[in-house]
Amino acid sequence: MNNTAISGPHIAASNSNSTNQIMRKVILALLPATGFGIVIFGWPALYLCLISVGSALAFEAVCLQCRGLKPGHYLADGSALLTGLLVALSLPAWAPWWIAILGSAIAIVLGKQVYGGLGQNPFNPAMLARVALLISFPVEMTTWVNPGLILLGPGPIDSLAIIISGVANPDAVSGATTLGSVKTGFSLNQTLPGILYDYSGWLALLGWERGSLGETSSLLLLASGLWLWRQGVIQWYTPAALLGTLSVLALLSHWIDPQHFLSVWVHLNSGALMLVAFFIATDYVTSPNTRLGQLIFGAGCGLLIFVIRSWGGYPEGTGFAILLMNALTPVIDHYIKPRIYGRYRNGKPLDLGQTE
Amino acid sequence: MKMLSVLEHPRLRGGVHAEEHKTATATLPINLQFPLPKKLYIPVQQHVGKPAEPLVKVGEQVLKGQLLAYSQGTISAPIHAPSSGTIIDVLDYPAPHPSALPIRTIILETDGREQWIKTPAVADPFQLDAEEICLRVGAAGVVGLGGAVFPSAVKLNLGRKNSIHTLLINGGECEPYLTCDDRLMQERSEQIISGVRLMLRGMHGNRAIIGIEDNKPAAFAAMQTASQGFAEIEVVQVPARYPMGWDRQMLRYLTGWEIPADGRATDIGVVIHNVATAYAVYKAVILGQPLISRVVTVAGSAVGKPQNIEVLIGTLISELLDFCQADSQQTARLIIGGPMMGDALPLSEVPVVKACNGILALSHQDIAEPEVQPCIRCSQCVEACPVGLLPLEMASRIRVNQLEAAVDLGLKDCINCGSCSYVCPSNIPLVHYFKFASGELFKRQRQAHKAEQTKRLAEDRQQRMARIRQEADLEAQRTMEARAARARELEAATATAANSAHEVN
Repeated sequence: MNNTAISGPHIAASNSNSTNQIMRKVILALLPATGFGIVIFGWPALYLCLISVGSALAFEAVCLQCRGLKPGHYLADGSALLTGLLVALSLPAWAPWWIAILGSAIAIVLGKQVYGGLGQNPFNPAMLARVALLISFPVEMTTWVNPGLILLGPGPIDSLAIIISGVANPDAVSGATTLGSVKTGFSLNQTLPGILYDYSGWLALLGWERGSLGETSSLLLLASGLWLWRQGVIQWYTPAALLGTLSVLALLSHWIDPQHFLSVWVHLNSGALMLVAFFIATDYVTSPNTRLGQLIFGAGCGLLIFVIRSWGGYPEGTGFAILLMNALTPVIDHYIKPRIYGRYRNGKPLDLGQTE
Repeated sequence: MKMLSVLEHPRLRGGVHAEEHKTATATLPINLQFPLPKKLYIPVQQHVGKPAEPLVKVGEQVLKGQLLAYSQGTISAPIHAPSSGTIIDVLDYPAPHPSALPIRTIILETDGREQWIKTPAVADPFQLDAEEICLRVGAAGVVGLGGAVFPSAVKLNLGRKNSIHTLLINGGECEPYLTCDDRLMQERSEQIISGVRLMLRGMHGNRAIIGIEDNKPAAFAAMQTASQGFAEIEVVQVPARYPMGWDRQMLRYLTGWEIPADGRATDIGVVIHNVATAYAVYKAVILGQPLISRVVTVAGSAVGKPQNIEVLIGTLISELLDFCQADSQQTARLIIGGPMMGDALPLSEVPVVKACNGILALSHQDIAEPEVQPCIRCSQCVEACPVGLLPLEMASRIRVNQLEAAVDLGLKDCINCGSCSYVCPSNIPLVHYFKFASGELFKRQRQAHKAEQTKRLAEDRQQRMARIRQEADLEAQRTMEARAARARELEAATATAANSAHEVN
């Protein structure tokens, strides 16, 4: 028995997730999409994942050391590993090695540790890295390699060369993403069904298309997201609001002007949408902490994604949408608070006489 | 509109599904064979309000049920002798509290005869006046046995003075491990119903609802059977979800009513009592027996024979643990009350008091001692809070000592139920933060009050001194003036005398 003052509860829930378990489950849920990305984009994708995760862990360790903390202890929480993986998944699969390292540096150092580490960052680190890289290195960040099977692509050694010195003839193996080709088509005054003449909705759902390393397979990401929800790691409010808002807007606009607005199906199967809806917008740290707040946050993300994709300068808007809504999170949390028992929303005690 | 109001006033908010650990004791009958202790340690403060004042002297012989200390002031309760014997001391003895600070305690050496004091019999208790019932309940030292230990008679009187339409009887017992109310309802349901009827009579109420968590089907069945024939009493099941036994949560679930934040249940026409209190009222009014014993759950994995025992108030917890074959080597933490809101005791040689519904000897495998990690803002605490607070935000303010900001977020509405800490994946001791902050605020308030007092005293003194000085000045002036006047008189007199002398000459 010890004599230190202890407050209840004296027992802990044995059936709920610990922080480390939560991180582990999210990482686990990302593995199918990661594996699929490696299978269709080959060895360079695997190297990119390893570089990104490895450098994220290294940057985390250095930062923790600088803060006077024991790196080994904190690295075990898995948050740096998760961030590194998310950075990798949002990169073009054949991006050069330094992009991955720079991305991890931005995510871990500028996105997380400068604010005080886990739980303190206002912006999602992986999205911060993605947007920073996209703005700074538009060529490297939009060179999308064609999907193909790993066995048929460049071997391990050749892939190393691709990651280190870039691919010899990029035009031969790469092209635009669905959203990218639509944006280009519109700028050339083409209209919609025509631009997407070779688009296959089913291949897009499966993930057999050009895109970021781990974002192409909407199906796997959706399944993993639902698994996370069943595991109690995420709540359904944010993904439902995000996907719902985007779907409604896409449905309406496409119905009004099918030549200039993408259909719901294309929206849902393109870009980083599924990854963002289930793995990024649900980030505890950077999203509101009430149900209503999360609904608003999700709806805001959906709206911004639609606006940027439809009218913005970039074909894909998820990263920007998330960062903008991250910035709004403190405001949402300030105004959306649960009603306290025995009080009105404004904090005043309830009036008597409700029981008569 | 309807849906909006559901969002606004949900009947069941927050809460957690805590592992129950109740089966070990819920199926065993209440043990009445606990041997009479040699010595009983009876604190004079076992209730909310002023401590009782001892009226027995050391060496005095007392009978079982005899008044030992009388109630002082409007909110207080008397204390009675749990058995017959000799008062051997009245001293300061460690209280069953985490601090184990000493409180005034009467020590009674039992004589083994268990000789009751004569109590006047009541012909028909159900014909007694409401005032009479309250008087008897008050005189028997009945207090809220759900844990709040508020003097029951005060509540009944309040109920009579306000127009009460509903008496809510709390049979929730939502704390894990505890089954004393469960067993009481299973075994003594008729007595409890009698107690409820007396309470209704004592406060001119005409409707009682008894809420029982649905994890106690046997207790529910027994209570339902016992209440048959009494149309004014309704026995209902409520979902087992901690903290359903928080009286306000149960009231909201059963009626949809909420007690205003600055008010009491009586303000909205409701009085809430615990089932064990109803049983104590039965004993007080019908049997004329004061509250001198209670049923206590002794459980936890360090206890060899977990069970419910009816014990005399003042029995040492250590004796109770020995009786239940608790292994002190295995005991990692000793708790009085339930595992969610109960207090950790630093030592076991402290007495059972009226509030004590459970003694838990938890081993290392039971208790939560995982390491604390940073808050990841997962907001599970927000979902779990039955009050509608933001525990994570409050804790982050308290961590940087912004206690006022925590108060603005609703710190004072926190009921310390522990749901937030229970679900926290980072094992942050949120309740500990809140208790610390509340204590700190109280301390600051007291300091501010003290500083104000000192300032006022200093100002008073300054004023007094100024007045004295002024008076002294006035006095001096008056003296001077008087002296001057006398001098003038003297001068005049001398002059006259000189003149007359001159004339004479």
